[in-house]
Amino acid sequence: MKFSKGVQDGLPIGLGYFAVSFSFGIAGSKLLSWPLVTFISMTNLTSAGQFAGLQIMADAAGTFIEMAIATFFINLRYSLMAISLSQKVAPSFGTGKRLLLATGITDEIYALAVSQAEPVTARYFAGLMVLPYIGWSSGTLCGAVCGEILPAVVTNALGVALYGMFVAIVVPQMKAHRPTLIAVLIAIACSCAFRYVPALSGVTVGFAIIICALIASLLGAAFFPVKDDDDSTDDQNVAQPSGAQPAGECGQSKESA
Amino acid sequence: MNLRDYCFFLLVMAGVTYLLRAVPFVLLKGKIKSRFWRSFLAYVPYTVLAAMTVPAIFYSTNSVLSGACALVAAVIASLLGRGLVGVAVVACITVLGVDGIMLLL
Repeated sequence: MKFSKGVQDGLPIGLGYFAVSFSFGIAGSKLLSWPLVTFISMTNLTSAGQFAGLQIMADAAGTFIEMAIATFFINLRYSLMAISLSQKVAPSFGTGKRLLLATGITDEIYALAVSQAEPVTARYFAGLMVLPYIGWSSGTLCGAVCGEILPAVVTNALGVALYGMFVAIVVPQMKAHRPTLIAVLIAIACSCAFRYVPALSGVTVGFAIIICALIASLLGAAFFPVKDDDDSTDDQNVAQPSGAQPAGECGQSKESA
Repeated sequence: MNLRDYCFFLLVMAGVTYLLRAVPFVLLKGKIKSRFWRSFLAYVPYTVLAAMTVPAIFYSTNSVLSGACALVAAVIASLLGRGLVGVAVVACITVLGVDGIMLLL
């Protein structure tokens, strides 16, 4: 599989990433100067993780350990994708190349790579991540620069885009898979408790997100374990509860990094 | 925030994210055996995003009202089958509309 084929396949992801990271850039520009915001995107290539990271940076009480734990849990799914991808790659995809290209394991690049019929070569995977990487970084740059120039009424409106995209990822899955609906409602109830119950309001934002996600996911796994009867498709729905794949896929296919 | 704190935060964030991707990619070849932990990991992305969105979206704009309207509009748009960008655009326009009207009042 060629590098150029990868670049071609990565184009739609790159365009989607530009749009998503634009709103990350705007959110970041409220806290940091544009080069610093852009550098976060260039070194992380992850939307939810970066966004949570930004919230922790913005929190005066945020700590490094909180950042580490929050990043760990929010991005834990990449480990799962990495395990899955490691079984799909060509034998020539050696350790050195894996270390170099591991950053390209995002929800969409991963999904596209494992959906290939042939084993994934390092060349193809490298091609695949080029445009998404450029789209993600340049989108953040544009968003951060615009965030410094545009009036608050406009940046507030654009900044909400990221939440809109989160909704677009979660809602189709909630609609298609009832246990996800329940887990998500538990997470929301928990998250609201941290915000509105005075006794809990001392907990910092990052830890609140971690605790909510842990409680809701553990309850989900305990009461509604996902089906794993079909191993042949397991690689593709590894990051989402199975049984809801079609609807989940529309949301996932253009999901943020 | 000062530059030193930023550098440490960035280092922690980028480092943890990279290791989460690279270590299993290089080391592990087999599947996670435990159905419980695979289920847990399957739910994590959705519960994280939900906890990050609600109630934070209410406080991300000029007013709680415009944030709440954006959430409702986004959920409706998503239920109607709009994609990622479509839902995001609906949320943005809602905030612009509600905050714009409130500025004029």
